[in-house]
Amino acid sequence: MAKVKGDIVIDIEKCKGCQVCMPACPNDVIGVSKNVNGKGYNYVETVNEECIGCANCAVVCPDGVITVYRKRIE
Amino acid sequence: MSMKELRLMKGNEAFAEAAIRAGADGYFGYPITPQSEVMEYLMAEKPHERTGMIVLQAESEVAAINMVYGGASCGKRVMTSSSSPGMSLKQEGISYIAGAELPCVILNAVRGGPGLGTIQPSQSDYFQSTKGGGHGDYRLIVLAPSSVQEMADFAPLAFDLAFKYRNPVLILSDGAIGQMMEKVELQEQRPRFTEEEIRKNTPWATMGKTPDRERNIITSLNLDSHVQEEHNIHLQAKYREIEKNETRWETIQCDDAEYILVAYGTSARLSQKAVDIARAKGIKLGLLRPITLFPFPTQPIAELANRVKGILSVEMSAGQMVEDVRLAVGDKVKVAHFGRMGGIIPSPPEIVEALESKLIGG
Amino acid sequence: MDTISKEDIRKPENIVYKRTELLTDKVMSYCPGCGHGTAHRIIMEVLEEMGIQDKTIGIAPVGCSVLAYEFMNIDMQQAAHGRAPALATAVKRLNPDKFVFTYQGDGDLAAIGTAETIHACNRGENIVIIFINNGIYGMTGGQMAPTTLEGMKSSTSPYGRDIKSMGNPIKMTELVAQLPGTIYVTRQAVHTPANVRKAKKAVRKAFENQKLNKGLSFVEIVSNCNSGWKMTPNQANQWMVDNMFPFYPLGDIKVNED
Ligand SMILES: Cc1ncc(C[n+]2csc(CCOP(=O)(O)OP(=O)(O)O)c2C)c(N)n1
Ligand code: SF4
Ligand code: SF4
Ligand code: SF4
Ligand SMILES: [Mg+2]
Repeated sequence: MAKVKGDIVIDIEKCKGCQVCMPACPNDVIGVSKNVNGKGYNYVETVNEECIGCANCAVVCPDGVITVYRKRIE
Repeated sequence: MSMKELRLMKGNEAFAEAAIRAGADGYFGYPITPQSEVMEYLMAEKPHERTGMIVLQAESEVAAINMVYGGASCGKRVMTSSSSPGMSLKQEGISYIAGAELPCVILNAVRGGPGLGTIQPSQSDYFQSTKGGGHGDYRLIVLAPSSVQEMADFAPLAFDLAFKYRNPVLILSDGAIGQMMEKVELQEQRPRFTEEEIRKNTPWATMGKTPDRERNIITSLNLDSHVQEEHNIHLQAKYREIEKNETRWETIQCDDAEYILVAYGTSARLSQKAVDIARAKGIKLGLLRPITLFPFPTQPIAELANRVKGILSVEMSAGQMVEDVRLAVGDKVKVAHFGRMGGIIPSPPEIVEALESKLIGG
Repeated sequence: MDTISKEDIRKPENIVYKRTELLTDKVMSYCPGCGHGTAHRIIMEVLEEMGIQDKTIGIAPVGCSVLAYEFMNIDMQQAAHGRAPALATAVKRLNPDKFVFTYQGDGDLAAIGTAETIHACNRGENIVIIFINNGIYGMTGGQMAPTTLEGMKSSTSPYGRDIKSMGNPIKMTELVAQLPGTIYVTRQAVHTPANVRKAKKAVRKAFENQKLNKGLSFVEIVSNCNSGWKMTPNQANQWMVDNMFPFYPLGDIKVNED
């Protein structure tokens, strides 16, 4: 059975830590980092490997800082 | 239709026809006496069928001037016309247009104010026209026609100056000049700009970002005060350049004159008659007629002041231009003001009387 | 099962979503979580998908999105407060082959620019109006807007909007739907993935209408102003669902198909 595996890349320097992406994720992949970026925001990061590449997070991100990848695994 | 042509026309109509022939792309206006003939003429003439020019009756003067702002941002030859109360409403838009350095042509058929005032001719918008008018440090190029012929001639001239300096040009007229009929020679039809010409000649125009250039932005906003100051310095340098190159005036019987009238527009027509009356009485009177009010003919007035005994500024106002005349003259000779207000046109004998009582006798 | 490495997934051919090239690289000046950014992005995605960057002229308002031209990589004009529809009218009339849109806040569109809005709609100008309704004057520090809800607090209605003395919130979108000049009038939101996708479809439809010379399309986006509302972004979105949507219900209000 075909399975998809996803991943996201967050441009952490441009992330404003608004957390709007978090409730959008079906698999709770995104969490808040303890670290801050150059602008002083606690950016977000991936906290598990459950990403399915649905792009929900990227679609709601007001700053458009998430790139989403998805690969089918046979 | 598009050849050079002699016609009997009202000033407002001549201006409208000349604008079509100047290759105007769009007119946006709102009715107000005494200049409604401009839009009425354009609507009847259907310039869209002649040249593709757009004519639109806006919901207000505010909308009309902002349509001009939008059109000018595209590098188009756009224009509006109004009269004093409407001009007050346009000041916001004019300030933005001046700030964003866009070309456009605006006609003000001045009527007596303040407030709703009167529909009769007046020159009481001189301060508003020549000193900025809206908020911020800016100037318009101001042309003051005194005949129907000049109403026609100034349409293409105004567009050319507007594009040369990326600056709004105001034609300061009144109901007398707008509604009098005179013979006028109309110029041949000029073509409207093509998109290719716009992209080449006005590369700042917002006509769509093509891959070969960065996006164009038309704005008057500079949140950084240093950038805004730089912009102001640039604008002031441009105004000095305009003063150097574009000051226009006419002198009538000034060579042997002992006294000088300074008057523009309708006042200049009457002052010219006053010169004849005065000369018949043995008074050596001359007339200096500013054709541009900004830039103001400071230099020629200053030069005349070296060899005359007195200067009378004749205006249909409480005395506005007289301040610029005084600045030009300093204390070389006496400068007086004579004017009628509220829409009353001074008579030539009245002007001579004022000259006698304020300067010659006084 | 998870034999695949991140490096294998993060390959250009596996990209399913990336920031559109029609947004510039500048960090948007909006507060974290503000809907303006999402609204900008979906408009730019639509222009990119339609391939009309070189033919589009946008008009920015006065409001928080006054600097929209810093973020949208297209030719833009910055209008005086409320006047964007007047600029757009002229731009479109003078360039019928271009795509023209305004982007306006609720103070801009529903207060100071009411006349320009109504008359552009009534004339049926062949343009797109994007209306960001956050129920407040965001830029100037959270003052009451015409759209502020009854009882809603703002810096100029600190005890809540009192209808008797401050008037009623205005539904501009329903209002312009009455006018024969509008052909597509819709209200959307951008706080969830599903809503963003729907809102983007609406924006696409609006620009397609313009392409077909159909008339004026008006897309309201109900959005949060978390700073002005003094909430976190996610709280603000929830507050929007609970309070804004009942008064400003989402969905198409007018769809003229002919
Ligand atoms: C003529 C004029 N009046 C007032 C202002 C001040 N001003 C700037 S933005 C704004 C309100 C903007 O609110 P809105 O349109 O709702 O946009 P938002 O910031 O909420 O997105 C006001 C009143 C101005 N710039 N120009
Ligand atoms: S792509 Fe989908 S699954 Fe992956 S992090 Fe984003 S929302 Fe979660
Ligand atoms: S929505 Fe975007 S900006 Fe906000 S926290 Fe998530 S990644 Fe960062
Ligand atoms: S003040 Fe409100 S509308 Fe403006 S950027 Fe911040 S959240 Fe957005
Ligand atoms: Mg608002």
